[in-house]
Amino acid sequence: MINLTIDRVPVSVEPGTTVLEAARQHGIRIPTLCYLKDINQIGACRMCLIEAKGYRGLQTACTLPCAEGMEVSTNTKDVRETRKLILELLLSDHNISCPTCVRQGNCELLRLSQEAGITDLPIKGELHQSAIDHSSPAISLDATKCVLCQRCVAVCREVQGVSAIGLVNRGFESRVAPFFQAQLNAAACANCGQCTLVCPTGALTERDDTAAVWEALHDPTKHVIVQTAPAIRVAVGETFGLPAGSISTGQMVTGLRRLGFDRVFDTTFTADLTIVEEASELEERLTHGGTLPLITSCSPGWVKYAEHFYPTMLPHLSTCKSPQQMFGALAKTYYAEKYGLDPKDIVSVSIMPCTAKKFEAGRPEMNASGYQDVDHVLTTREFGRMLRQAGVNLKKLPDSEFDSPLGLSTGAGVIFGTTGGVMEAALRTAAEWLTGNQLNGRVKFTEVRGEVRGIKEATVVVGGNVLRVAVANGLAAAARMLEKIQAGEVQYHFVEIMGCPGGCIGGGGQPIPPDGPEELDEVRQARIQSLYTIDEMSTIRRSHENPAVQALYREFLGEPLGEKSHHLLHTHYQVRHPAGVRTGR
Amino acid sequence: MSTCCCGMGVTTDDPRFAELDAFMASVREQPGSLISVLHKAQQLFGFLPEEVESRIAHTMSIPLTDVYGVVTFYNLFNTQPVGKYAISVCMGTACYVRGAGRILDRFAEELGVQAGQVTDDRLFSLEVCRCVGACSLAPVVVVDGEVRQLKEADVPAVVAELRQRSELEALSQPVSARS
Amino acid sequence: MTTMRVPTRISSLLELEAVRAAGADVIALRQAMETPITEAPEVHLLVCGDTGCRANKSPLTRRTMEELVVEHGLADRVKVVQVGCFGFCKAGPVVVVYPGGTFYCHVKPQDCAEILLRHVMGGQPVERLLFTPNPKEKVRFHTTVDLPFYQGQVRRVLKNCGLINPESIDEAIAADRYFALAKALLEMTPDEVIAELKKSGLRGRGGAGFPTGLKWELCQKAVGDVKYVVCNADEGDPGAFMDRSILEGDPHGVLEAMAMAGYAIGAQQGYIYVRAEYPLAVERLKLAIRQARERGLLGKNILGTGFSFDIDIRLGAGAFVCGEETALIESIEGKRGMPRPKPPFPATAGLWQKPTLNNNVETYANIPQIVLFGADWFRQLGTEKSPGTKVFALAGQINNTGLVEVPMGTKLRDVVFTIGGGVPKGREFKAAQTGGPSGGCIPAEHLDTPLDFESLPALGTMMGSGGLTIMTDTACMVDLARFYLEFTQDESCGKCPPCRIGTKRMLELLEQICEGKGTHADIDQLERLAVGIRKGSLCGLGQSAPNPVLSTLRYYRDEYLAHVDDHKCPAGRCKALTEYQIDQELCKGCALCARSCPTDAIVGEVKHPFSIKIDLCIRCGNCYDVCKFHAVVR
Ligand SMILES: Cc1cc2nc3c(=O)[nH]c(=O)nc-3n(C[C@H](O)[C@H](O)[C@H](O)COP(=O)(O)O)c2cc1C
Ligand code: SF4
Ligand code: SF4
Ligand code: SF4
Ligand code: SF4
Ligand code: SF4
Ligand code: SF4
Ligand code: SF4
Ligand code: SF4
Ligand code: FES
Ligand code: FES
Ligand code: FES
Repeated sequence: MINLTIDRVPVSVEPGTTVLEAARQHGIRIPTLCYLKDINQIGACRMCLIEAKGYRGLQTACTLPCAEGMEVSTNTKDVRETRKLILELLLSDHNISCPTCVRQGNCELLRLSQEAGITDLPIKGELHQSAIDHSSPAISLDATKCVLCQRCVAVCREVQGVSAIGLVNRGFESRVAPFFQAQLNAAACANCGQCTLVCPTGALTERDDTAAVWEALHDPTKHVIVQTAPAIRVAVGETFGLPAGSISTGQMVTGLRRLGFDRVFDTTFTADLTIVEEASELEERLTHGGTLPLITSCSPGWVKYAEHFYPTMLPHLSTCKSPQQMFGALAKTYYAEKYGLDPKDIVSVSIMPCTAKKFEAGRPEMNASGYQDVDHVLTTREFGRMLRQAGVNLKKLPDSEFDSPLGLSTGAGVIFGTTGGVMEAALRTAAEWLTGNQLNGRVKFTEVRGEVRGIKEATVVVGGNVLRVAVANGLAAAARMLEKIQAGEVQYHFVEIMGCPGGCIGGGGQPIPPDGPEELDEVRQARIQSLYTIDEMSTIRRSHENPAVQALYREFLGEPLGEKSHHLLHTHYQVRHPAGVRTGR
Repeated sequence: MSTCCCGMGVTTDDPRFAELDAFMASVREQPGSLISVLHKAQQLFGFLPEEVESRIAHTMSIPLTDVYGVVTFYNLFNTQPVGKYAISVCMGTACYVRGAGRILDRFAEELGVQAGQVTDDRLFSLEVCRCVGACSLAPVVVVDGEVRQLKEADVPAVVAELRQRSELEALSQPVSARS
Repeated sequence: MTTMRVPTRISSLLELEAVRAAGADVIALRQAMETPITEAPEVHLLVCGDTGCRANKSPLTRRTMEELVVEHGLADRVKVVQVGCFGFCKAGPVVVVYPGGTFYCHVKPQDCAEILLRHVMGGQPVERLLFTPNPKEKVRFHTTVDLPFYQGQVRRVLKNCGLINPESIDEAIAADRYFALAKALLEMTPDEVIAELKKSGLRGRGGAGFPTGLKWELCQKAVGDVKYVVCNADEGDPGAFMDRSILEGDPHGVLEAMAMAGYAIGAQQGYIYVRAEYPLAVERLKLAIRQARERGLLGKNILGTGFSFDIDIRLGAGAFVCGEETALIESIEGKRGMPRPKPPFPATAGLWQKPTLNNNVETYANIPQIVLFGADWFRQLGTEKSPGTKVFALAGQINNTGLVEVPMGTKLRDVVFTIGGGVPKGREFKAAQTGGPSGGCIPAEHLDTPLDFESLPALGTMMGSGGLTIMTDTACMVDLARFYLEFTQDESCGKCPPCRIGTKRMLELLEQICEGKGTHADIDQLERLAVGIRKGSLCGLGQSAPNPVLSTLRYYRDEYLAHVDDHKCPAGRCKALTEYQIDQELCKGCALCARSCPTDAIVGEVKHPFSIKIDLCIRCGNCYDVCKFHAVVR
């Protein structure tokens, strides 16, 4: 252990700890802006300046390793004045427009300015100019609010392995932008939105679709239905200040009704459906020598990544649409038929943890119903904003139930929202099918319950069959695994890939922790925990046992992988340009 | 595979790519050789269009944004075509205090472009550089790769000389190569 | 002449000595001052082939000379040799004739025959090509020993520049190159090499003056299986060209020193990072490395000692910040040259996170002589804390521009007025700028300051790499500060906000002041920004960017105030604040001004007072400069 003092408080830390981490461990808060633990420790923003006796000038706590006997002061006159001046400089080149900025509630720049006691903006000068890039259906980039902390660049590169955006130009002209300053929709971007989660300001945000949804809700000729993904119920509470992982399923449903949705359904229902179809596909490929491993396709971030970076792996992808799109296709066919609605009057909205799903809904092939299957996709954050705009206080709402039939689900469907969940749900079903009997009640496959940003592998023996499976979350981890599969170093039958760290609970559209991304990992764990809790409390825990799913096959689809399923529930993929460059990390 | 979007005739089957590929192969074992490769590419193509950067990224397994980020960081790399003759006025300290500013203004006037721009006929690029190490002769201008000690009054003659050189070259070229 | 075989591949000290012996006569001849030329068995015409003289077409002079030698059947006795920079580049193309060391200036092709026939054949120097400070007077200086430019200079680092052909490794060896390496490898342990360096007190010539021996020791002690040696040849300070001259004139000295560094710290690979704006230096280095490899002085098992070391060149691409060592490392790694925070220092985690020794070109160039002649010899020149010599690039508004090498501690006055020959006639010395964009100014009242690592910071400037730009009363110090801020603003890498935005804001304020729109509050704001940027910036570029402003505010505050309060630019540089007029009383009607005016703004009739059409005047100042009667006023 290394002993030092920070603001005269003696502390002792592991060797290799930075001064910033040491301070945090001991309850001393040093302001940061560019810091992302392990991912972006570059000393760029200069917010974390401190003084250390014997060290030249001011040092950045986020990069300075602790040393024995060090004496650190985090709050001297020099430190305060310099930090303040730097903030004033940042603000002098910032398109200050807080009232119209989606980040005004949790903007780190604004918070730091307050904390630094900025009461005046004495520094004036030319602002760097840039048009807002609204081209992508998933994310928007407003460079006039960018502080060049590089957090987005680091996440996109290190966590996602995509490098869709990077720094361009130099000095005052520096910008965050895609290759050749193309528009985002022309970049090799997975649309995962992870960058929006870590951006400290309103520079990178989800594309805002709330206006279109309000429009639909206010249109009396429209029948507006909504589906909510499993990961919303354990996260939306955060937008009202509830602790991470708070389960607010019932209140969420009530809230959606208050907003004026005609029916409130659950994507979890089609998650169950996805499992039935996908397990059938796996069985089919196993027994008829199809392309293996079969890789899940329910994460549109992962799918778009594969289309740019791993075109040769596309035959491995399950042809199943994501639950959102299965739902969309059924809403304007099965549901419309069943309730005598004209599909053209149905507006299908989904609430997703995901920015990539905004893109997915607009893919031209996603119109099996003859219309765009899902009309509008809102993220958890947009949903939270709509509730506030409508004056609905989620915390005070009574619980209510999803509408049926597309609202009935199982515990298996719910855990779709976490890494390993799809795999576990599939195993629950496959195990039973492959053994031909109800497997002594085995529903827990903890061996695939993943760690955030990691890879997990397991060998599951089911009825004499050995199934080798693997789970990856976060695209960089996925790429690592794919490289091994391509090199023949590993052989799997079935692989789950989720685009976001932790799966959808860590999706790019989820609430941003109030204290910034330093809490992201904790928050993700809490949300994961809650999904498993819901699963535990569910009466039905295997997807194929969902009575509504069974009814759907009986009344409408026929059988899994049948003609109608094929038309409505399955899709195909395309090679996309620009081809991404894998960096072999 | 022969799309050209820059209007400067760089298609993906351009024969110069073969030479670039060979160069990249020769430095494959050297870590960090991106900047050398970019120099080579610029020497071959005159500038670094999207197709060229994309080829480099894929061959060297470097993310596209990293290649572009490097290109736009360094002054000497161009993403736009440059003039046939580059006129680079040194605005380093020694040259500046000896009136380089006036020479720059004069070139701008003669050529009708500002520093950083290319004349409409693509004959001249007017650029500013920071010290070529010939400070004892200040002010100096690098004219088409050649360091010259100039006075403001010499500027029209330099421009005329290059115009003439270009005409002579055009005349000495076989007709088929002109278009 | 010796009859011993000159080996191609040199694999022992004996063979190295053989090569030196083979070239001994050549070196001796080029140092011979007394031998009468007509009696010399051989005559060498040394033609400078470096960038400065090249710009004055020295290759043409050299080729003409070579052709004439052949034409006149003198090829056996007379050799034309391309050599490196003599330092007095202003006089280029320079040709020096040995024996005798006669120094000819501005030698054009048409002058070659006269040198050959009259001087080489006839023993009579060509007077008109000798240096004179004033063509009207008859004073002529014959040799480098007489030339005032060389008075007080001691060429140690530059000793081979202008002596040997930089493209010949044999001549380099004849001039002792690689003997220091041999000594280190064969007679000294790595610890002894480092101890000698520490004892010498050599300090880094790249700017900060960090003790070189200590740096080598830190690298030697750093843990790492692989280590690197880097040579910083980025020379970004505009107005400085010491490193260029060393690389162009004597590249082997740097290679030799880097190999010694590799031996001392335990590295096998070196990189030289050269700015791409120095094509000739790059060519010379490439050639030198190739020759050294061919001869076995780089590569595996050098001089049969088992020590292996190789060097590669990496090119910059036009970014001043890449001179900063961590940015340079990023750039060698093929990335955007954005500095890394320190610690960790390159000595512990540098190139590819391995321990890396980085020194400047001139620092390396000092090392062979320290190893050969010892620390005590080295300390004979210079001051206690700044031993040795320093090369300065003397430029700006001064008569003798060029490269000068003087002992540390030499007074600025001697450099400016003796070596530099003072400022142009009719002008007054105003300031010397040192340290480039990171430095500051030394005003006239401090002309007696010794040039060393301690004295300059005391005046609020710094040694920097050795750029020494002289300014006269025609320079506006506010404009100068603006010029430097424009530079740093343009060259900021953009990583950290104090520098990225701060330099922009400072520049904006300075531009306002230069336009006469500044206020006292702006000056206060400038100072506040300057202090904050200095403290808050990540790397040396930002930390020192405010220096030119702080320095000019310190010595020339009244000039700032003149811009702000009186809306006047005392030096007449700031166009918005300057109006030119012709004093009708003083004007003699000589029309000189009218001829110098680029916009034909001056009208009049010869022998009658001229006048300026103010709407046509672009305030270039030409008329002001040319009028002999001081009739143009502003
Ligand atoms: C902005 C900036 C530019 C620099 N440029 C150079 C340069 O061009 N050449 C150089 O040798 N050192 C330069 N330095 C200093 C280097 O960072 C480093 O200190 C030096 O190369 C160390 O070598 P030395 O100890 O031999 O002086 C620069 C420093 C800064 C902050
Ligand atoms: S990013 Fe922050 S400071 Fe900027 S406009 Fe938005 S809320 Fe305001
Ligand atoms: S925060 Fe202040 S300035 Fe902003 S709206 Fe409220 S009262 Fe007005
Ligand atoms: S959405 Fe994802 S892939 Fe696209 S830029 Fe952001 S982090 Fe990168
Ligand atoms: S877009 Fe956001 S995260 Fe990215 S650099 Fe700018 S401020 Fe930082
Ligand atoms: S993991 Fe979930 S949130 Fe992330 S891209 Fe995939 S579907 Fe969207
Ligand atoms: S001080 Fe300037 S050059 Fe240095 S890291 Fe900061 S922005 Fe880049
Ligand atoms: S200042 Fe220049 S433009 Fe104006 S009158 Fe004099 S010479 Fe002509
Ligand atoms: S140069 Fe001087 S004296 Fe001659 S015409 Fe011009 S102002 Fe009059
Ligand atoms: S948080 Fe340490 S420099 Fe940005
Ligand atoms: S300042 Fe122009 S060549 Fe050095
Ligand atoms: S370049 Fe020829 S003397 Fe300096």
